Amino acid sequence: MRIFVLNLRTIENNENMKILVCISKSPDTTSKIAFTDNNTKFDENGVQYIVNPYDEWYALVRALEIKETLGGNVTIVSVGSAADEAIIRKALAIGADDAVRIDAEPTDAYYTAVQIAEYAKSNGFDLVMTGKETINYNGSQVAGMIAESLDLPFVSLATKLDVSGNTLTLEREIVGGLEVVQVALPAVVSCAKGMAEQRIPNMRGIMAARTKPLQVVAPVAVDTLTSYVSYTMPNAKSACKMIDPTNMDELVELLHNEAKVI
Amino acid sequence: MSVLVYINSNNGLHKSAFEAVTYGKKLGADVTVITSGNADAATLATLGNYGATKVLVDRALNGDDAQQLTRLIATAATASGATSIVFSHDIIAKAVAPRLSVRLKAGLISGAIAVPSADGTVNVNVFSGKAFGAVKVNSAVKIISLLPNSIQPEANGAACTVEDFAGNAGDSKITIVSTKKPEGEIPLPEAELVVSAGRGLKGPENWGMVEDLASALGAATACSRPVADIGWRPHHEHVGQTGVAIRPNLYIAAGISGAIQHLAGVNGSKVIVVINTDAEAPFFKAADYGVVGDAFEVLPRLTEAVKKFRSSGH
Repeated sequence: MRIFVLNLRTIENNENMKILVCISKSPDTTSKIAFTDNNTKFDENGVQYIVNPYDEWYALVRALEIKETLGGNVTIVSVGSAADEAIIRKALAIGADDAVRIDAEPTDAYYTAVQIAEYAKSNGFDLVMTGKETINYNGSQVAGMIAESLDLPFVSLATKLDVSGNTLTLEREIVGGLEVVQVALPAVVSCAKGMAEQRIPNMRGIMAARTKPLQVVAPVAVDTLTSYVSYTMPNAKSACKMIDPTNMDELVELLHNEAKVI
Repeated sequence: MSVLVYINSNNGLHKSAFEAVTYGKKLGADVTVITSGNADAATLATLGNYGATKVLVDRALNGDDAQQLTRLIATAATASGATSIVFSHDIIAKAVAPRLSVRLKAGLISGAIAVPSADGTVNVNVFSGKAFGAVKVNSAVKIISLLPNSIQPEANGAACTVEDFAGNAGDSKITIVSTKKPEGEIPLPEAELVVSAGRGLKGPENWGMVEDLASALGAATACSRPVADIGWRPHHEHVGQTGVAIRPNLYIAAGISGAIQHLAGVNGSKVIVVINTDAEAPFFKAADYGVVGDAFEVLPRLTEAVKKFRSSGH
């Protein structure tokens, strides 16, 4: 049932279920956003990097919960430089078993996804999980691209995930509502709010993470399909116009005649 | 230049579809729409009004499965020789467009907020709306997924043909067990007017005031993260960095202080109105109109004012 031996066997018990959780770094949500080099590069000065919250809170924690109930193994994969090992160790401290860093700059979503897909293909996983998007580029691209590269079904924006034997039962967001779906493993899932609760690593986890295996693998040759040429900041808002709280007719009048939104 | 626009027509045609076709028309004169399902031909022909030359519809394919839609759109892209493929950046596009990008080896721009600049780059929101990035596609074919409410649909009165199309979509590996869809609600990402509230409302029992204002305006309702976390409101209403990012024409926030993570989800709004008892609330810095006052008094008063305005023929 691994990806590389598709359909050759089914999981008899979930003892050996292998889950791959993809993580990305992102700036801390309170970071001040600025750009350098003539607005072509993100200014990393003073920026604290964290594990992208969707990857950590939802994908990783749910993967760990599945492992804790059913057994199996949770591997972290991230495409990045040696500097990114801090966030990988954080994921290990939360409870992942081992990790792989693909030693390359994640230049665009396609490049990143193909690197992860190649690794998944040659190592065999039953379930690949990601967060629904990163909070820096918000593209929501990598998971779908991994799925297509592996020719696997992809359940996006899942808010609930249960495993029974060879079958996943998921709740996912659809336009204006929710849907319950089932899919046979192997599959790719992107995780959204509701999937799990954030976990804070404890001291034991942090100590254990130092000695957990973190393998570094070389990237494969892949094209970059898109590039960020430059960045701009939104125009500063003009001063807020204060309205008398007893005069809501005035607010309605301004929204109609001045702002022209109603 | 040949442009292919994917439209989901399973639940009728929405404004976001007209925006996507209008966007396609701005990219090239020859706009083909690809869709699937049972929408009637007369409805689909109305897309000509926004610039479509022809609509291709695969009647054999039902549902929104990403793998099937990817095959359908890839077949249509090859048949029409499209060099640009346009989506509306909704939940379906988020699942399908990345797959299509790999299948066609075509660069994907997710969440475009404008037409391409003179240098061919397209602006998107980055850092959860705190900045814009100009993205360039390096491949011959490009895919652009347009954020709803980013451009206005432009009608030109033209008609278009509707043709059956065999998209060779194959099978779905995903089984739908059940669907929960609240009736009559406006989907938040598409809403032009949004009324939102936070912890300042003190409890879920007080949301009637928010719903009254929303219904008087014809607006969708939203909430801040703490309110969704403590279960006062459903998670799908949570706007912010880790919730839904929206860009309505009008965003009214009551009892929300305006933490940076909340602002990240709403600062694409064209006009922001903030109602808060605390004059020092950070949200006022991001607001166009501010009301310092108690939401329990201000919201009903605003609802009355809106009702008066609406009943006077607006």
